[in-house]
Amino acid sequence: MSFLEYAPAPESKSILHLKKDYGLFIDGDFRDGHGTPFTTISPADESPIARIANANTADVDTAVAAARRAYDKTWSRMSGADRGKYLFRIARLVQERSRELAVAESLDNGKPIKESRDVDVPLVAAWFFYYAGWADKLDHAGLGPSPRALGVAAQVIPWNFPLLMLAWKIAPALAAGNTVVLKPAETTPLSALVFAEILQQADLPAGVVNIITGAGDTGSALVNHPDVDKVAFTGSTAVGRAIARSTAGTGKKITLELGGKAANIVFDDAPMDQAIEGIVNGIFFNQGHVCCAGSRLLVQENIHDEVIDRLKQRLSTLRMGDPLDKNTDIGAINSKAQLERIRALSEVGEQEGATRWSADCEIPAKGFWFAPTIFTNVETSHRIAREEIFGPVLSVLTFRTPAEAIAKANNTPYGLSAGIWSDKGSRILGVADRLKAGVVWANTFNRFDPASPFGGYKESGYGREGGRHGLGAYLQSGWSDALPASRSPRPSRAIRPSTKAKPAEKAVRAASKGAAS
Amino acid sequence: MTAHLTIPKTYKLYIGGAFPRSESGRTYEVATRSGAFLANAAKASRKDARDAVVAARAAQSGWAGATAYNRGQVLYRIAELLEGRRAQFVDELRSAGGVTEAAAQREVDAAIDVWVWYAGWADKYLQVTGNGNAVSGPYFNISTPEPTGVVAAIAPQDAAAWGGGLLGLVSVIAPVLVSGNTLVVVASESTPLPAISLAEVLATSDVPGGVVNILTGSPAEIAPWLASHADVNALDLTGAEGMDWIDLQIAAADTLKRVLPPESGIPTPSLDRVQFYTETKTVWHPKGIV
Repeated sequence: MSFLEYAPAPESKSILHLKKDYGLFIDGDFRDGHGTPFTTISPADESPIARIANANTADVDTAVAAARRAYDKTWSRMSGADRGKYLFRIARLVQERSRELAVAESLDNGKPIKESRDVDVPLVAAWFFYYAGWADKLDHAGLGPSPRALGVAAQVIPWNFPLLMLAWKIAPALAAGNTVVLKPAETTPLSALVFAEILQQADLPAGVVNIITGAGDTGSALVNHPDVDKVAFTGSTAVGRAIARSTAGTGKKITLELGGKAANIVFDDAPMDQAIEGIVNGIFFNQGHVCCAGSRLLVQENIHDEVIDRLKQRLSTLRMGDPLDKNTDIGAINSKAQLERIRALSEVGEQEGATRWSADCEIPAKGFWFAPTIFTNVETSHRIAREEIFGPVLSVLTFRTPAEAIAKANNTPYGLSAGIWSDKGSRILGVADRLKAGVVWANTFNRFDPASPFGGYKESGYGREGGRHGLGAYLQSGWSDALPASRSPRPSRAIRPSTKAKPAEKAVRAASKGAAS
Repeated sequence: MTAHLTIPKTYKLYIGGAFPRSESGRTYEVATRSGAFLANAAKASRKDARDAVVAARAAQSGWAGATAYNRGQVLYRIAELLEGRRAQFVDELRSAGGVTEAAAQREVDAAIDVWVWYAGWADKYLQVTGNGNAVSGPYFNISTPEPTGVVAAIAPQDAAAWGGGLLGLVSVIAPVLVSGNTLVVVASESTPLPAISLAEVLATSDVPGGVVNILTGSPAEIAPWLASHADVNALDLTGAEGMDWIDLQIAAADTLKRVLPPESGIPTPSLDRVQFYTETKTVWHPKGIV
């Protein structure tokens, strides 16, 4: 028995009070859907977990109507202080049921329990606490006096951080005074449905949050529903584009958190121990199912061999296996479809001439698994250097000068995140300035916090989640009420068109309504 | 002694700090509001629009890299030069825009004030729209707004309702420049002459070539090429109200451009417009044990 071998230490599933069937959570209660139900499975062994209702367009109508009613009759009339108290209750209940939520998440998603337990669920609670405090302080959010809620928010989230993405969406929406219809991903509905039970325990007024399950067509019906005022989507750039297209001209306020192909830049003066851990965390955290993953390692040429050797050593110590086992470092790939995509792109990597190395780990007989993999000799034109793999696959490129590193880092249509490893402060700040990325981690990677805005440049989407900026994505600027007199220059001399003119105030409101964040 | 025979000005495009004719060789007639011939303006083509985007991209990192203080100074300088050529603009707005002398004076004054108002924001917007973040861990964490990149804009078009074509144009250009974006703007089709005169102001002020590029011609013809251009980061449809602007927004979705929807009339100066053309960048760094 080597030092790497441990006795199994799985979390018990008995803490879960799983139902055989889960309905749609609409207007405060679970109810049957009118689409064909589907089964959610554990990606670790392909065993069925529960049958999940499928919302068709009629169910989407019902859910949006419930959210609208709750907005008109309850939530928009409630004081910010009371909205905040509900969010505070939710945060506490998440903490109290954190173990159950973590088990549900690892079971349904395949991520290691140590991540769901120590990262996902604590951040979910933190997210609700953070935004709870904003609910009665909207006047101080930098959006002018009395910014207003938008109305009904349609939210569609991905499968990589099911509960955390739910928190990123619901917490700021409710704090700002909106009501919500949320659709979790088809392969990971479970934790959202446990969360719906938490909403019942919190006695959140019916209809304020509605959770409907289904596939892409359900999501499409939701975001394109005419009575929706706000759309928040996290997922693929292809779907983000489709949403941007279909909502064009509707006046809906849109936030899109899409794909990424982050450069993780390692200079030769980097603190090497931390950098190796950071590279591993950057791409192998959550099996690489992370939109901001550090999937392109840009390493200074003179330390390339050392970095690769040490990475291989480190990866050889990672334990892959049962997501519910507390010793597991690498869990299961979330779905068969995703596994096939990772395999296909990895094969393309080999065909295009890159050198493949995979950690030597035992692949379980059942379920969806992919060993941590490094490609060296990658060129900027290779597909594995350009396309998001969304799996535990690192593409390594080299550079000689900071200018080359910056040029290569920015050579992508994406712009979500980036990493810099160096001991030289001036270099870190200089490089950070020039990277076209919404989040830059210097001498760290994959850190998240409710106070910290997150979101991308370019084709990684628009708008920010987290922090004051994330709150603004769910509010209409209060400046439109204060305009024009207080903010226009020399108002007495400004041109005031009299014919065919709508009030200037209305024009500005239209402008601010279109603003992403 | 015979009366002085005037030399009329040839109105051209403004791309990369130079004044080229349209590569297509096309022009169109610009008339007064009563229909009298004023000038032949250049009618920009798809190629001109693309050249303008190349010029804007080339100028972007330099403009964004200038200090905020410097960008503010450059914008103030535009106001100064506009003030100096006040009489010319009043005259042009009267003849080309067809507005009264008093209205023309108000418009030029307001345009100058818009430059001054936005100039002052250059070294302040960051303090108002960015922030430090109290994350729960030993990390330095700061969010700052940075320029989005290259912006394509349709200036307000309906000069008959909104003035002579100067204030609308300035109200679209100035907020884009504050944070360090560069711009390709399609001027009002019916009143393009003040736009080219404004280009002369920009060219002789301290605005680096390529930071502002002004096209004259048909917005309906040029805008689709700008909306679908992969190297344009944001699309300002302020003046597109009378066009098929939803199609433009759909075209912009392919590269996920940020899109500012049309407005009726001349945009009121606002910090929202500055912020719209920024991207919030959040930088993390560990705090060591000391």
